[in-house]
Amino acid sequence: MTLQAADTISSIFAPVSTPAAKEADLAKMVLVLSAAVFVVVAGLIAYSVVRFRGRAGEQGTEPPQVYGSAQVEAAWTAVPVIIVIVLVLATGRVIHEIQAAPQPPNAVEVTVVGRQWWWEIRYPKLGVVTANELHIPVSDSGVRQPTFLTLESADVAHSFWVPRLAGKTDLIPNKTNRMWVEPHEAGTFLGQCAEYCGTQHAHMLLRVVAEPPEQFARWVEQQRQMADTAPADSGAAAGRRTFLKTACISCHTVAGTVATGRYGPDLTHLMSRATIGAGVAPNTRDRLRAWVRNPDDLKHGALMPAMQLDDEQLDQLVNYLLTLR
Amino acid sequence: MTTTQFPIAADTDESAPSVFDRLHEWVVTVDHKQLGIMYILFSLVFLVIGGIEATMIRLQLALPDNHVVSAQAFNTLFTMHGTTMVFLVGMPILAGFANYLIPLQIGTRDLAFPRLNAFAFWITCFGGLLLYSSFLTAPALFGGAPAPDVGWFGYAPLTEPTYSRGNATDYWIIGLIITGFGSIAGAVNIATTILTMRTKGMTLGRMPLFTWITLVVQSMILVAVSPLTASLILLLLDRSLGAHFFDTQAGGSAVLWQHFFWVFGHPEVYVLILPGFGFLSEIIPVFSRKVIFGYPVMVAATVAIGFISLGVWAHHMFSVGMSPAANTFFAVSTGLVAVPTGIKLFNWIGTMWGGRIQLKTPMLFAIAVLVQFLIAGITGVMLSVAPFDWQLTDTYFVVAHFHFVLVGSLLFAIFAAVYYWYPKATGRMLSERLGKWHFWLFLIGFNLTFIPQHFAGMLGMPRRVYTFLPERGLEIWNLVSSLGVAFQVAGVACFAWNLIRSYRRGVVAANDPWDAWTLEWATSSPPPAYNFAQLPVVRSARPLWDLKHPEDPDWHYE
Amino acid sequence: MTAIPMLQPTTPWTLPRRGPVGMLFFILAESAIFAVFVAAYLFYIGRSLSGPTPREVLQFPVAMTLCLLSSSLTIHLAVRALRSGATGKFLRYWVATILLGAGFLAGTAREWHELIVEHHLTISTNLFGSTYYALVGLHASHVIAGMTMLLIVAALGLTGRVRPVHVERTDVISMYWHFVDVVWIVVVTVVYVIGR
Repeated sequence: MTLQAADTISSIFAPVSTPAAKEADLAKMVLVLSAAVFVVVAGLIAYSVVRFRGRAGEQGTEPPQVYGSAQVEAAWTAVPVIIVIVLVLATGRVIHEIQAAPQPPNAVEVTVVGRQWWWEIRYPKLGVVTANELHIPVSDSGVRQPTFLTLESADVAHSFWVPRLAGKTDLIPNKTNRMWVEPHEAGTFLGQCAEYCGTQHAHMLLRVVAEPPEQFARWVEQQRQMADTAPADSGAAAGRRTFLKTACISCHTVAGTVATGRYGPDLTHLMSRATIGAGVAPNTRDRLRAWVRNPDDLKHGALMPAMQLDDEQLDQLVNYLLTLR
Repeated sequence: MTTTQFPIAADTDESAPSVFDRLHEWVVTVDHKQLGIMYILFSLVFLVIGGIEATMIRLQLALPDNHVVSAQAFNTLFTMHGTTMVFLVGMPILAGFANYLIPLQIGTRDLAFPRLNAFAFWITCFGGLLLYSSFLTAPALFGGAPAPDVGWFGYAPLTEPTYSRGNATDYWIIGLIITGFGSIAGAVNIATTILTMRTKGMTLGRMPLFTWITLVVQSMILVAVSPLTASLILLLLDRSLGAHFFDTQAGGSAVLWQHFFWVFGHPEVYVLILPGFGFLSEIIPVFSRKVIFGYPVMVAATVAIGFISLGVWAHHMFSVGMSPAANTFFAVSTGLVAVPTGIKLFNWIGTMWGGRIQLKTPMLFAIAVLVQFLIAGITGVMLSVAPFDWQLTDTYFVVAHFHFVLVGSLLFAIFAAVYYWYPKATGRMLSERLGKWHFWLFLIGFNLTFIPQHFAGMLGMPRRVYTFLPERGLEIWNLVSSLGVAFQVAGVACFAWNLIRSYRRGVVAANDPWDAWTLEWATSSPPPAYNFAQLPVVRSARPLWDLKHPEDPDWHYE
Repeated sequence: MTAIPMLQPTTPWTLPRRGPVGMLFFILAESAIFAVFVAAYLFYIGRSLSGPTPREVLQFPVAMTLCLLSSSLTIHLAVRALRSGATGKFLRYWVATILLGAGFLAGTAREWHELIVEHHLTISTNLFGSTYYALVGLHASHVIAGMTMLLIVAALGLTGRVRPVHVERTDVISMYWHFVDVVWIVVVTVVYVIGR
């Protein structure tokens, strides 16, 4: 699944969601003020360097010594204080609007658990468990349906950041944080972990798919299905046997089987995701095979071990995984 | 009248001291000038090492999906780069300048506790070498890094034994505890000196501004570095004795580490930049040929910064999940600290205004600081606006901001100070020609490297990532940023060559080559071991101005 | 060399003495270190997930506190004696200070022995254990450092080398000792009163 170039830029000034838009508006005001201050002060610096440059003939005499001026000090204290007051008032208002926003009853609830180096994503009220890709409904201005996220961590500190949707909020072990997003247009929005969390912090990527409510509902339905218990293909069946007999099941869950491991991502609908390894590679047969063969080749330091399978087992296993839509 | 000559004994050894004698003299010295120079040389060595680490970082990030260094190595590089630049360059070089200048500026012979001074230097040295010896240890089990890779602020629980296996983090902790002792010892010494050893007539209101700022900074070190030392001890207890201070599995709090660290970390950045302001407050007046505008306001602003900076720390934690009230409080306090900081900038402009500016190398660097610090201050205010910070924190925007403070402002100010005081310390002038090459190359390189990083941050590039993806709009900014390194390296090479060459071949410096006004210029270049033959008596903040202008001394106006 | 004229000093020029000022700055830094340990202690009150609680295992340290507080009195009297030239009396009060300090340390040792052996509370047991041993241990280590200084001075005194001219140095040490005492009052309040 390829994306057009425009979709892959995650500028904080291209918001598609309410919190990000509020932040961008405040940011623009601050930028304008800052530009004004810069122009004035830098202008004064440049002017004084040019205008008051010592000329050759003036060696040996000193200019008038000016020790200070109470009025001037008062003036250039008062103006910054006023600017700070204006900024602080605007800041306080937006902090409140974003952090104290009430959760409407129809809001989608998602729990994100940060792990080294992937995202566990659960929809507790909808019975959906997935990883690394978050699907949320687009919020109509008439009937608003924001998504409220509960953020937790299973190990070290992480940070959830999808710039076009909202500012970042940290996932901290032994602490529960909350944030919300409210996309107003459909699309796929990219983000990544924004708190250094160890070796592969750079490859803890996020994909958020905002889709119209009907499409979101279809996705939810599909995600709630159990996995196919009897794959038709014999190779896939053999792969399924391999999967259930080796240590895969101690880390991974495939709903409807004995695999109920919680340490690694839920694989029930693995093939419904665009990438693997939290964004480190596209979800294709070839990359999937390479990952299962030795995750360290794609993501050095990844906590999933190489499963020491021979080529035949590997092919069969991948055939099985490909049935997990 | 005949002159009497004492007969010289035949076996008197009049040859120059040997290399070993000279080395021995420096190793056992307790003289503030020698220790000051040793601190500065130590720092310059680590400046180059930290610079090499930065160069490797920029090489890796010049292109997306690059493979110059591994993820592990990169994480070690940015950890060591930050730790080195703050603790083994910034703190010691400023301690060195304070060491060298304070007794001269206040008209006394040495610091209050000369042996403590030597202790502080050598323990700083030891701490730095201990930290770097981690590179020599074998990689830990389970792929743990030999050298620290937890980031220069070592957030918990990444630093706990579960997630940081091996001893790398222990080197970081113990190295910093030890250099922390050095900073605290130095602070006790310098602050005591300023309060108890000023020469006759030098009331607090007649101290040079660099001395005033040093007094505030050393007091801040006592209150700010100590929390770091304490926190590191708690972390060490976790790692070595199984305590649970930051062990979230046992109920410990990761956020508590952040609070403790930033209670140190924020005042620390003011500890780093204020001495740079001190340098500017000496250099700008001399090269504008005018007294500093608003001396009492400058003192008040410095003290205000010192106090307010103790109350802003959680602006590093806006994304941690604090309450709206807490976030608002820290946004307010951070906005407040910008006011006295801005006032200082305006007073420097007021000093230049109506002056006769001489664009010698120290002044070129000082003027660059004014503009670059203006930018740094403005991006700082942007970061204080918490909702804006929620997008910008932990991104390359912050990296750009603090490099504008620590390189664009502090390092440029340090360069200015070196060009200004090198003649005093060595008796030779640095080359103006090489100085200008250094200035322009470094100015271009610095801005090429750090201006684009603001945009990378706003386009979604977080900090501390060993690579980035193509098609995220980040390539051009990272490439230009990396190209700037070449210019900076060239600039620093000019600087190093200038320092080395001028030591023997520079123009011989007079006592007072810049026609300045504070007491260090009243003695020879370099000063004798005892600083002054007769301890001076002063009546104003510019004793040499009073001497040079007996018809119009400063004490008519104070 | 520019000649600095000797202007007539208008008032006598006296600045504070460097020993006491240095010690005060040092105490400032030490206070900041203790403040972090105290903050951690207070923050973690009641948050242990398991193990013995303060109420179950701690008893208010009456004897230890009396020892340490009295030792502040004796050291103060020692310095006063030395200032007035009574070196014999100085030495007696100084040694009394050392004995009281030793009593305090013995009390700490006894308490820790009981906590570890009978109550199975160590630094790694739970958050209470971590914060308790860290804070009380930090304080005890400062008492030991103080005792070391006291012993050195006692040795010098017993060999007749301490004279009234050294009173400022003993005063500086006594400032440190008083600081350690004040910290104990804070520790007792936080650990044995608030924390229980």
